Order: sequence, then structure tokens, then C-alpha cells
Amino acid sequence: MKSFKRGIEGFKDIVNNGETEETISKLIDKINKSRLNAFITIRKEAIEDAKKIDKGEVERKGRLLGVPIAVKDNISTKGIETTCASKMLKGYIPPFDATIIEKLKREGGIIIGKTNMDEFAMGSTTETSFFGPTLNPWKNDRVPGGSSGGSAAAVAAGECMVALGTDTGGSVRCPSSFCGIIGIKPTYGLVSRYGLIAYASSIECIGSMATSIKDAETVLNIISGKDPKDSTSISLEDREKIINNHKTDKSKRKKRIGVLTTLFNDNSIDKDVLNSVWNAIYKLDDLGIEYKEIDLPNIRYALPSYYIISMSEASSNLARFDGTHYGFSLDEELNWDSTFSKIRKKGFGREVKRRVLMGTFALSAGYYGRYYLKALKIRSMIIDDFNNIFDKEKLDTIVTPTMPYKPFRLGEKIDDPVSMYLSDIFTVPVNLAGLPSLNITCGFSEGLPIGMQLIGKAFCEPDIIDIAKIYELNTNYQKKVWELF
Amino acid sequence: MHNDEKPRVFQSYPEIEDLPMHENPQPNEINPDSDVIIGLEIHVQLNKLKSKLFCGCSTSYHNSEPNTHTCPVCLGLPGSLPALNKKAVEFGIKVALALECKLLDQTLFYRKNYFYPDLPKGYQISQYDFPLAKDGRVTITTDAGEKVIRINRVHIEEDPAKLMHIGGMGHSKYTLVDYNRSGMPLLEIVTEPDLRSPKEARRFLDKLRSILDYLDVFDGNLEGAMRIDANISLKGGGRTEVKNISSHKGVEKALLYEKTRHKNLRMKNIHIKRETRHYDEQRGITILLRTKEEEEDYRYFPEPDIPLMNVKEWETRLRNEIPELPDAKRQRFIKEYGIKEEHARSLTSDIAIANYFEIISKEIDPSVAASWIADVVKGELNYRDINIKESNLTADKMIRILKKFVLGEITDRNMVELIREIIDSGKDPEEIIKKRGFGKVGEDEVLLLVKKVIEENPDAVKDYRNKNDKALNYLVGKVMALSKGRSDPKEVINLLRKYI
Ligand SMILES: [Zn+2]
Repeated sequence: MKSFKRGIEGFKDIVNNGETEETISKLIDKINKSRLNAFITIRKEAIEDAKKIDKGEVERKGRLLGVPIAVKDNISTKGIETTCASKMLKGYIPPFDATIIEKLKREGGIIIGKTNMDEFAMGSTTETSFFGPTLNPWKNDRVPGGSSGGSAAAVAAGECMVALGTDTGGSVRCPSSFCGIIGIKPTYGLVSRYGLIAYASSIECIGSMATSIKDAETVLNIISGKDPKDSTSISLEDREKIINNHKTDKSKRKKRIGVLTTLFNDNSIDKDVLNSVWNAIYKLDDLGIEYKEIDLPNIRYALPSYYIISMSEASSNLARFDGTHYGFSLDEELNWDSTFSKIRKKGFGREVKRRVLMGTFALSAGYYGRYYLKALKIRSMIIDDFNNIFDKEKLDTIVTPTMPYKPFRLGEKIDDPVSMYLSDIFTVPVNLAGLPSLNITCGFSEGLPIGMQLIGKAFCEPDIIDIAKIYELNTNYQKKVWELF
Repeated sequence: MHNDEKPRVFQSYPEIEDLPMHENPQPNEINPDSDVIIGLEIHVQLNKLKSKLFCGCSTSYHNSEPNTHTCPVCLGLPGSLPALNKKAVEFGIKVALALECKLLDQTLFYRKNYFYPDLPKGYQISQYDFPLAKDGRVTITTDAGEKVIRINRVHIEEDPAKLMHIGGMGHSKYTLVDYNRSGMPLLEIVTEPDLRSPKEARRFLDKLRSILDYLDVFDGNLEGAMRIDANISLKGGGRTEVKNISSHKGVEKALLYEKTRHKNLRMKNIHIKRETRHYDEQRGITILLRTKEEEEDYRYFPEPDIPLMNVKEWETRLRNEIPELPDAKRQRFIKEYGIKEEHARSLTSDIAIANYFEIISKEIDPSVAASWIADVVKGELNYRDINIKESNLTADKMIRILKKFVLGEITDRNMVELIREIIDSGKDPEEIIKKRGFGKVGEDEVLLLVKKVIEENPDAVKDYRNKNDKALNYLVGKVMALSKGRSDPKEVINLLRKYI
């Protein structure tokens, strides 16, 4: 799929040459032969959709006409099995499309399949999937990151052109970093969550993944906007107002980035990762974007706060899976309460059960104040920290490594949940604060990609996208992924 | 809704300091003023709204096949999200204001987590801290006069689905679930434990129902429109809760049963345990459902899918939409129509009757109209368990017969008969009067009958002359019988006195 290098723009030629069906066909073939296990469901009907485009049976319009899109399997797709990589939802075929799926279809996009992930998006390696792990396309003994590991691996390996992931504590950015692609996690509220099977409702977002910042931006623009079905979504007009409020005298001054150095001193951070990120910062400095070392005082409380809030919400969000309506069910006839517990015992994997139990505990009477409310308080403090530093230092973005490590070996962390949770140290505070951030490749070590995270002000995605574009244009790291196509 | 006004950067929660830890609230169980302490929780289905609380499904499912008014949201399908029906909040605010509650600056939805087959999401979207409104009051009439019952809070929540057991709970092997009701908008109204007798509880419910009818927010005749949980304790004793009672009379009976049960246990020195009970309407008894130890921990936490609302801004507009309420209408009726307090109270307890009275009073002396409607018509309707709109006694018909009555063309006794027959048959009043001979006998005819009775009953006439009043009554009765009740007793007495 060398032709994919030219991205969405280049795909127009494929469509214009009447080669859509051929391309999609070849792609399905490639996915079928792939050993990455990036997909849970491959949608063969995509070939039919492509044929219709070639035959002129559909109107030749839309920003994504014919573009093969991979969708993470926790996003509801009408008529296409949607499992959240869980035994619990095996066989569940939703009767409705997520709002963003409707939007992508309206632009002519073709869903090529549903991608593998950590079960219910709980994990950073895609190893907790009921359908087996996805492999890292750079080195097959490594994890692709998670939880949107299938989407990231598919994009990196050219098994789709763009993909959708979801990001609760880094689930778009972590696999994007491990697979060497662009992943954008938007501001909470910019993209409708209607149809996203909830894990941690107040934190998670749907994001776009691609091999170029431009393609990721195109997809993000298409899926953004107010959705009456999601009360937490925001209109683009309101977003414009927020962006304009920040615009005072900005054009006159240099762009400026904040470097969160206080978190860099931790010995557990991989030296290659730190070197690559610093090199990127120096490069940006050369390009006229000055940097400033900053601190976020409460950021060290982010991980516990995040895990308490996300697990608490998960314990409630996953309560609906009781086997009475859809998905996994029992052949036995038992009382309703025995049926519910047996189904949940057999249908959920270990990590999901662990988080549901811990969340249930955190919300229990007597503990609610000690855990949940305290976590909310920390969350408010972290939001304030970010707002203050952006304001005070007049920053356009804050830079950190995306992941403190290079991609793990398969099985390396799966039995050490605490160490796995710690790997979210740079991504999680962003989710708590609801801010936008993206991953861009800034180096390689041992043949594995290293990612840098750019964090922006709420609803100011254009700020971080601009800087990422400048970096992408002036370096070659991001383009390296095309070698995998 | 709150999104429109100003751009919201990020969903934030109210000041954390304001969030109390949710330990079980200890109600004020001991009140030295009285023996029996009762508090009520009333669930009102806002079934006059067009769509459900969080989705576009229609609320008029009561005559539909099961599971025909559903969608991904009210079925709780994975990925679906609630989109709040703004109108439901408006209805809730109106009720809260009518109950003289104070709106909170910020109101927030919470998730109440528990597993049950009628709950498709495994949690109910309800309210907890930061309900819609707090601290209201309702004035009721008790045997000892007027009394204020304090309202603790008013909040909004979604109705669960309905469980159905073919052939009855004990006989059906399966439980069927009808999701038509799932997501219906419910208002929960909680009183303070201010009620002191089962009768007061019923009086309160009657008054509340009347206010809700005035506000036109629900149709109380639909199944499940009003469901009541009643809490009762004796002074110094444990509290029990009787769940899910569907009628006002049922509440009174269930509480009477509980009161007796508590008293009997106390006499035997048995401690009354905190427990939840079910009222068996057929047998008129309450049955243990679960004890305090078995109570669920609902793990309430703020619903992340619905942003905080600032409803205070709606207050002025909605207050203007509240119609004249029963108490105000009663005062006006007394002042404007000069009718008796008890008549005014009776007429205004039902908005339809109040309106009926006002139409009739345009053409009939209000005191006469009030007395006939409050004393007779309402009784006949209650006896038949119908409301004025369902009856055949239109305001027009009532005006026509009252006009005849005022002219003395129909006697009191025949009026009652006439009203009954119009309600039951729906026939024209004039037709009934003619057929049943309800028209009054003419004066000449009465005189003839009087003379005839005097002639035929010489002994009674003699007794009357000897100052025996009973004899007069006897003679009046004879005349009335001969005229088949169509003569006016006062007139007959006058004539008898004159001619004896
Ligand atoms: Zn619905």
C-alpha cells in the first residue's frame, strides 16, 4: 500500500482513476494475511462500498470519499459487531451508529473493520483483549501500546488510511507513540461521545490517528462539533469564541512551549526517550519556538486521582452488562441475581473485574468521601494548575514524552498492574484536565519509535497542530512509518 | 440547555466543599407532640410531557404493546447517552414552586447504582445532593383545623422498566420486562415527617393531587401515575417504610395497618426494626420486603453525562406560568361569589369542578350553584368514581335544571333524582322531567289534594286541632304521596293550616 503515503489527499487520485474497489480489495487481502491481529472484525462489505464509488452509484463528494477507516471496537457501528474486545459483548450487533460514524459516512468514508483493543479500553498494551494481543508492526515481540493498539498498528502498517481511537488515560497517544504515528486526543466535549461504549465518561474522548498531522486533523475536524445526543459536547461557534479569547496580541510574539521538566527527573524514565524529546525541543527552538521550563505542582497526584475516578465511573458504566439483552449469555436458568453474577464472572476478563471491583469500593458509603471526592478535588487542582501555567507563561503548548518507556515486550507488564498504571504518568493529567494533546514521533531507538506529547489549552487544538506541523515539516521521524507500508 | 448561554470549557462539579459525604440521613424520628410520625415520598409520573426524560420516545404508551416505545437510550444500549428533556425540568420547577419550595442555584443529576432486572443500565439517573428544589410547604385541612406540612425536597429521576409476570408473581416461571415505561420522567416529592395520622396522610395526598391537577403536569388516572412510599414510626420507636402504594386510600389503609402493628409490637415489648414493607392491597396487610441490613448501598455519584444546570434563571418565567392554585382560588371564591368556606373548599379541591362552578355561576345564583355542586353533584360523582368531564352532566344541562329549580318548578327531592338520571343516562333534562313527572304540581291541584286529605282523615284533623304536631306531619305525608312528591312541603303545610 505504498500509495497510502500520500494520505487522504492522494486517495482522491485512486477514486478518480476508478481504482477504489481494487485498492480496498487489496487492503482486505493484506489485513487477512497480516499477523499483527490489529482487527477484531474485517468488514468485507467495504469492497461493495468501493465498487459503488467506482461505478458512480454514490455521489462523488465528501472529504473522505473511499478512504478506508479503521474503527476501534468500542465505538458503536450499526450492523457491525462491536465487542469492546470482551467476551461479554461477543456477538453484539448494535442497531445504531455512533454520531461520529454517521459523520464519517456522510463524508464518504468506508469502514474497513473494527480494531483490537484492551478489553473495555482498560490497559496500555492491547494484551487484555479477549481476541488475543496485537503485535507492534516495528518489532513483533513488542506491544503496540494501548488501549487503541489495533487502530495504531493498523495505521502504522498501512492496513487502513486513518483510524479512530478512544483516549481515557492515554489510549490514543500511547499506542500512537509505540507505533510511530500521529494521534490526537481532542478537548473533552469537542467530539461527541454518543455511541462510544463508556468506560470513564467524564474523562474519555474519541480521537483520530493517522501517519500525518494533516490527515489526523482532517478526520478530527470532520468528527468535531455539537451533538444534541451528547449533552457534554460543545458547538464549534462556542469553541471559536474560546479560541478568540486567547488570541490577544499572540500574532506579535513568538510561539512558546512549556517543558514539564519536574517530571523528567524520575530515574525510571528511559534515557533514549528523554534524549529524543529534548532534541525535539532544541529543534523547535532552532525553528523559532522558544521553550520555558515549568512545573505543575499537583501533577504527582494525577495518577491516583485518575484511577479512582475512572474505576469508579467504570464500575457504574459496566453495570449494564448483565447478559439479559445482548452479547454473552448463559444456557442455565437461574434467578436473576445468580444469572447476573455468573454472566459477569464469566464474561469479563481479569483487568476489567479488577477495575470494576476497585471502583465499586471507592464509591461505597464511608469511602466515597475519602476516595472519590478527594479525587475530584485533585482533579480541580490539576485543572487550575494547567490553566495557571498556560496563562502565566503565555504558552501555546506543554511538551512531555508521551510514554516514559519504549514499547514493552509482550507479557512484560501484564502481571504488574501498578507498573503498567505508572506508564500513564504523562498522558493521564491531560485527561483529568480535559485538555487536547497529540503524539508525534520525535526519534527512534533500537528500531522502535519514540513519541513526544504536545498539550494545548482547552479547545485550542489548532495551537498544538500548528507546532506539530512545523516539527513534522522540518524533521524526518514522522515519515519513517511509511517504510512499514 | 446550559450550553447555549456561555461556552463551558470543561464540565466541572460544584464546589467540592459543598458535597457532603453520603452517610444515611437520620430522619427526625422523635417528636414529643404526637404518637404517630409519618412522612411520605411521592413519585409523580410527568405523563403529560410528550417525550421521555432522556430520549425522544413518546410517553403515551399506556395502551400500547410492550416494548414499542423504546430506543437505544431507554433500553440502555452500550454507547447511548441521556439527553435531558428540558420541558421535564420546567414541569418539575413549576411543581416545586407551587409547593413553595426554594430552587437551588445549581442542580445536578446523580447515578443511583443497583442491579435489578427493571434497570437496563444497572443504575438509575436520579438526584441526590443538589436536587431541583428544597424546603417547601403545603397547607392541609385536618380535623383540628389547618396545618402546614413541610416539603423536604423535590427532585427528578427516570422511571425503571416494568416487570410483568404472566399469571401472577408466584405462578410465572419467567419475568417479562416492558421497557415502555423505562425512562419516563418522574418527580419525587419528599415530605418532612410532619403527618400525625393516616388520615392526615390521605388529606395531604388529596391536596397534592389537586395542586398537580391544577398545574396540568400529569394525568393521575393513568396506571402508575402516582406511587407513594410511606414512612411511619411511633414516638421513640423504629421506623418502617411501606413501598409503592398506588392510591391515597391505600396509603391510609396501609398506615392504619402499620400503626396497629407497631402498637401491638410495642405492647409486647418487641423492638420495631427498621425495615421496608410491601402493601398487599387485596388482603389489606403489609408484608416484610427487606430489613435495614439488606438495604443496598447505592454508591451515588454525580452523573458525568449530564452537565450541571443553573435553573434559578428560569424561575421568574416559570413562576408566571403557574396558574391560580387551590388555596388562592378558594379565597377568591369566598370573596367574589360570597359562598360558604366549606363549599369553596370542596369546589376548589378539583380544578375541573372549580371551572364548572364558575361557568354555572355566570347564570345562576352562586350560592345555589355552590350548594348543589358541592353537596350533591360531587357526591354522586364520587359514588360512581368518575370525574365531571366523564359525566353526562354538562355545565349547560346543570344551568338548565338549576334555572327550573330556582323558579320553583322542581322540588329538592326531584332535583337529586334528576341529577342522578342525567349522570347515568345522559338524556336531556327536559325529557326526563316530562317522562318521570318531576315538574311541580300546580297550586290549584295541590289545593284539591289538601281538601281531599282533610276530608278523608277526620281523626288526624281532630288530633291536629288538639295541638298534636305529629298529626300535621301525617297529613303532609298523605298530600305528598298523592302528588307523588311533586309538591312543595312548605306550601302544603301552609294550605293545611289554612283549611283545617
Ligand atoms: Zn427511548
